[in-house]
Amino acid sequence: MTSAEIKAAIDSQYPGTIVEREDLADHQVELKGDQWLDMATFLKNDPNLSFDQLECLTGVDTGEDGPLETRYNLHSMEHRHKIEVVISHDRENPKVASIEQLWRIGDWFERETYDMYGIVYEGHRDMRRILCPDDWEGWPLRKDYEGQESYHGIVVPKMKEEDGWE
Amino acid sequence: MTVDMLMDWFATIGDFPILSFLLAVVISGVPLFLVMALNAMVAVYVERKVSAFMMDRIGPMGQGPGLHAGKWGLLQTAADAVKLLVKEDTIPETSDKLLFKMAPFIIFIGAFLGLAAVPFSSVLQVADFNVGVFYIIAVGSIGVIGIVMAGWASNNKWSLYGAMRSAAQIISYEIPAGLSIIIPIMMAGTMNLQEMIHFQEGNVWGILPNWIIFNNPFTFIAFFIFFISAVAETNRTPFDIPEAESELVAGWMTEYSGFRWAVFFLSEYANMLVVSGLAVAGFLGGWQSPIPGMFDTGAWGLFWFMSKLIFLIFVMMWFRWTFPRLRVDQLMHVCWKVFIPIAMFNIFGVGIWKLIFG
Amino acid sequence: MGVVKGDQMILNIGPQHPSTHGVLRLEVMTDGEIVSEIRPHLGYLHRCFEKHSENVTYEQVIPFTDRCDYLAAMNSNFGYVVAMEELMEIKVPERVDYIRIIMGELNRIASHLLALGVYGLDIGAFTPFLYMLRDRERILDMFEYTCGARLLYNYMWVGGVSHDLPKDFEKICIGFLDYFEPQIEEYNNLLTYNKIFVERTADVGVIPADVAVSYGVTGPNLRGSGVKWDVRKDEPYSIYDRFEFDVPVGDGHFGTLGDCFDRYWVRMLEIKESVKILRQALKDIPGGDVHQMLPKKIRPPKGSVYRRTESPRGDLGYYIMSDGTPTPYRVKMRSPAFTALSVLDEVSRGWMISDVIAILGSLDIVLGEIDR
Repeated sequence: MTSAEIKAAIDSQYPGTIVEREDLADHQVELKGDQWLDMATFLKNDPNLSFDQLECLTGVDTGEDGPLETRYNLHSMEHRHKIEVVISHDRENPKVASIEQLWRIGDWFERETYDMYGIVYEGHRDMRRILCPDDWEGWPLRKDYEGQESYHGIVVPKMKEEDGWE
Repeated sequence: MTVDMLMDWFATIGDFPILSFLLAVVISGVPLFLVMALNAMVAVYVERKVSAFMMDRIGPMGQGPGLHAGKWGLLQTAADAVKLLVKEDTIPETSDKLLFKMAPFIIFIGAFLGLAAVPFSSVLQVADFNVGVFYIIAVGSIGVIGIVMAGWASNNKWSLYGAMRSAAQIISYEIPAGLSIIIPIMMAGTMNLQEMIHFQEGNVWGILPNWIIFNNPFTFIAFFIFFISAVAETNRTPFDIPEAESELVAGWMTEYSGFRWAVFFLSEYANMLVVSGLAVAGFLGGWQSPIPGMFDTGAWGLFWFMSKLIFLIFVMMWFRWTFPRLRVDQLMHVCWKVFIPIAMFNIFGVGIWKLIFG
Repeated sequence: MGVVKGDQMILNIGPQHPSTHGVLRLEVMTDGEIVSEIRPHLGYLHRCFEKHSENVTYEQVIPFTDRCDYLAAMNSNFGYVVAMEELMEIKVPERVDYIRIIMGELNRIASHLLALGVYGLDIGAFTPFLYMLRDRERILDMFEYTCGARLLYNYMWVGGVSHDLPKDFEKICIGFLDYFEPQIEEYNNLLTYNKIFVERTADVGVIPADVAVSYGVTGPNLRGSGVKWDVRKDEPYSIYDRFEFDVPVGDGHFGTLGDCFDRYWVRMLEIKESVKILRQALKDIPGGDVHQMLPKKIRPPKGSVYRRTESPRGDLGYYIMSDGTPTPYRVKMRSPAFTALSVLDEVSRGWMISDVIAILGSLDIVLGEIDR
């Protein structure tokens, strides 16, 4: 199926969930986050769509005041078609349903995005940091991230604009 | 035999039974220790070179006459030994210190005692027991106590795993090894190693030497079962599960360093010597010449014995650099479900054979 | 009264351990030798690749990609430049495509050789490792001849490659292939058909196809489970659609479909396919320039792209987001080893500690890429 057909299929099943956005390309679609788990189940199990592979899960920070986003690249091994789903989160309280039990790789992908952006995936059975240490503070890939002064007594070097590394 | 000869000789000087016994033991024990150390030195060097040639490498080249220009790296083991001796002897804080310190020496004693009964030639044998075979098998089992001690005392999970695996493996493989070595005992009708070797004089069918391995089909199979079990008992690849470095880091040796570790190494190579010696004496005619009636006087005995011994040790090295490692359950499977039934059947077969042809 | 169970023991494999292929810590719950659960702890090698990328220009990201999958750095570069060119919608000169494929396939052989050799080492066979490393060395020599580096190349640039092929490279490469092809049979005789090796790997750690897809396992690991999926064939990038080659899949050669042996065997067969591609590429390579005229500072148009390519470990994807400035807004690397490692817990349950090492080795992970 083409991206337009996939979007139409989503729209007919869950009317009004597609958010219109100018800056997204054809293969991308923004969905509202409140029904995400149901929609993801539909995307995976519908025989015409059957997105059985979660290729990639990317967190994006759209800027200082903008929302956070999670982008799911879905792919179907059976039909060999793909779609990119974008879901926006409130910056102060970012959360969305976890798809960890649908696509098992979502487990680690969501942990990674949680680690980097602080997006909480509700229903995830093991929501811990994965790459950073468990007691790391802050969400490193957010655009407004300020590094820690020190970590367990180790001074964290900061980059200065002109002088390079301190 | 050496001990007995020395004691007889002391008896001609005067009547001090205890003193002469102690003297005789020390006089024959010191060269034995030297043999053990020399064996380890040579075997480590040979192992390095053999592995290197098998792997398309050149092996140690630097150390040796004219250091760093030496062609063969002959002093590599000496350099290793010096390194091990000057290394810090680390003892983990939480270990059981007494057991930790004792373990290497118990393993060493096990290997060393076994060496005493190995018949290097018709005269070169420290102690000629009437139960030589039984003795070697018995003292060989002492080592496993040391291994379990080392594994337990280290207070390290890898060591514990290694020790448990090792204990299970050595105890299991002693059964097929023991059942197979019964066959030379049945054939020769003695447990005395010298008498067993004397039994293997002459030839069969005019061409082959009258070694027990060539005596009948059952003994032929028994030799291989014994040898493979012996490899397993010395914890070498493909049975090096207790110290499998890709799984258990170094097994029960993980926490040891320096000299204590060197003692383990020494014992491992001495064990190889002992089990190969037993295989040679029991199945391959001991110090008998392969061409009956030729080259079998005086020092030739030592030469033939050592040649056979070195060949078997080389085969063990060959195994090590060729085979992957078995898994614990597969190892036990081979032992309990394959070797022991065959070994049992062998005993039965040899009995029938002796009844009909003997 | 319930069933009497032996107390569980927690065993830490790593971070310093001979078989974790890097700095990985596995928290293994064991009952004796039997493993009941594995919790991998990652991040010991985390170097903030994605954060770094947001602070450097697009070209400066390339050396960072080298350091992610350091065993197949050419393929890491390749994935990034392919994604960048898709984002910028440019086409590179034909010679560049050929050179990239030659380098990518050579690096695939080198990476697979190391994977297979180290796998032998995990199982306990030392010798094959040295044989494979010997031949890998010759590939590294060719890389050194081409771009001066042996491990981290920074060879493929957006719009071109850093150096043209050196003099007589084609001849040297053909010479290597002629030497190398018979060696594959030698590896098989040394390791593959060894009874003990087969015993250790066949039927062990079976990943069923649906589990593999769900866990995002890709590359040889997925093909070992019998799924015919190869990005080079199914979503061709660069000029892979011009070459004739097969996609080997596992067939349960000695045991169950999707066991450790199948994953091993698929890699061995892939080496042969790479040789096929290399021979075709070396025959057809056209002349020409290897640099595309690009401005000094690349400014891709606003937008985002997700492009995956076939690295030796599987689907290597780059999610690149541009806001029109010379520095990337967001670079995300979807690393194949990351997804492959996530399946370890599922397939290792109920196996022994030795098998965990065998399964981990068969997944062929590179920690540099997992932790980024």
